[in-house]
Amino acid sequence: MGSQHSARERVMWLIGILVVIFYALIPVVWITSLSLKKPDEVGDRKFFSGFSFDNYDVIFSDDTFIAALINSLGIAAIATLISIVLAAMAAYALSRLEFAGKAVILSGALAVAMFPPISIVGSLFDIWRAIGLYDTWPGLIIPYMTFTLPLAIYTLSAFFREIPWELEQAAQVDGATPFQAFRKIIVPLAAPGVFTASILVFIFAWNDFIFANTLTSTDAARTVPAALAFFTGASQFEQPIGAVAAAAVVVTVPIIIMVLIFQRRIVAGLTAGAVKG
Amino acid sequence: MEAATATQDTRRTGKKSDRARSERRLAYMLCAPAVIAMLIVTGYPIGYAFYLSLQKFDLRFPDDKEFVGFQNYADVLTSSTWWSDVAVTSIITLISVSIELVLGMAIALVMHRAIFGRGPVRAAILVPYGIVTVVAAFAWRYAFDPASGFVQGLPLISDTAAPLTNQAGSLLVIILAEVWKTTPFMALLLLAGLALVPDEMHEAGKVDGASAWQRFTKITLPLMRPAILVALLFRTLDAFRIFDNVFIIQPGGALGTETVSILGYNVLINRVNLGLGSAISILIFLAVILIAVFFVKVLGTSTAQQTGEAT
Repeated sequence: MGSQHSARERVMWLIGILVVIFYALIPVVWITSLSLKKPDEVGDRKFFSGFSFDNYDVIFSDDTFIAALINSLGIAAIATLISIVLAAMAAYALSRLEFAGKAVILSGALAVAMFPPISIVGSLFDIWRAIGLYDTWPGLIIPYMTFTLPLAIYTLSAFFREIPWELEQAAQVDGATPFQAFRKIIVPLAAPGVFTASILVFIFAWNDFIFANTLTSTDAARTVPAALAFFTGASQFEQPIGAVAAAAVVVTVPIIIMVLIFQRRIVAGLTAGAVKG
Repeated sequence: MEAATATQDTRRTGKKSDRARSERRLAYMLCAPAVIAMLIVTGYPIGYAFYLSLQKFDLRFPDDKEFVGFQNYADVLTSSTWWSDVAVTSIITLISVSIELVLGMAIALVMHRAIFGRGPVRAAILVPYGIVTVVAAFAWRYAFDPASGFVQGLPLISDTAAPLTNQAGSLLVIILAEVWKTTPFMALLLLAGLALVPDEMHEAGKVDGASAWQRFTKITLPLMRPAILVALLFRTLDAFRIFDNVFIIQPGGALGTETVSILGYNVLINRVNLGLGSAISILIFLAVILIAVFFVKVLGTSTAQQTGEAT
């Protein structure tokens, strides 16, 4: 296929590709560069002024950052686990069983996904303080369901629709028990979809700022995005730019690695549910 | 009797109606936990927000709580702050979604027609998508701040430029951050839409002597209309809720960058005026519904597309 394109076309595509990559990476490169600068180099406007890991030393010896990192990981992981389990059950029914109300459930989930978080933070702030969930892990995990559940239901239904369920029956005809058929045939077929949906849901939960910002107040449950915002707010006149940049890089690296490894599947997961006639 | 039906059902020997009934029951049982969870986590707080919005309720004076009907709504809707925040939010939404559509389409076309290098492009555009919004907002804020940025060092840009010290500059940086972060999502949705345009139609257009631009506007765009509308709907609703970028780039929505979500936050959390703040929350909720209805009823965006085979 490549041979039918002229050299000029190839150069044009190469330029197009480079522009896209440059566009995508520029702020990441800049914040990484800031994180490696010494305080007197922060204003030098250079993309590279040497490797200084002082900023990383600062944040990793800061209890607040460590606590926030643990909160972020734990809360996002638990929210992902709960929503994937609930959504997998629903997605199985939606993609495999015949029943009235499928469209209602799917459009309902879509409506929930479009829900503005600011509309419920006031209520949650009041209720959580009354029942003791303010500034706790469950206090964030519960509202995270408003966006993790619809996302998980959509991606999992899309993946489950692609599974050749007849194989399960075929295995049973061949003498497998229903459980064997499920474990040996269906689980391996469904696992990649479940895994991809988990990554997407985790990224969304990891990204949340508005709930973490409004429903936490201390190291007990404050996640990294909220901690970052307060990190700077505390000292307005001497912003810890280097430290914020280093913390930013630390929370970005795992996501970038996951995205790069599973890019093909993530794209499939993002779009499969969306534009499927 | 129920159990007997179920057993028959697994062997596919039961009567069709019995089978259908037990299948339906299983489906409802499987869907119930997720559906109930979604109803509780959104329905209850929004109902409670509506209740609060009808009260005079300031946490600094909790004993003064009283029912005031729609007074809070009247206060919000007659304040100039609310309307200027609606204007700021609408401007950010309109400009960023328009730029994203054009840019997203360009990236989708690059990926769709890629001769080589499709993998690296896909990997690169997933970086903005995956990155934490707050992190990206800090990156942009620092990049444009003269004390820590590189922008002032670029050719054609004044050494002393300080966009974050005025409204227009701040809005520009906020829109840039928003566009950068969400264009990949737009591009991926459009790419999926592009895949649905049959190649034969392009070949036919070519044979008829249509230029590349004509083929794009007369063949590709009309066929992609459903995909474009869905992408626009998603992104418009999302942009209207904008919070993270504004909060970080111009803390508190200073210098005339306050959006409706930031206003809600300031009233609810900073001023702990839950009555007035909840009225703002409910109004934002209604605005989002209004936007969705506009897309679905007026423009004919088909969410049936979304539900795939479910219809």
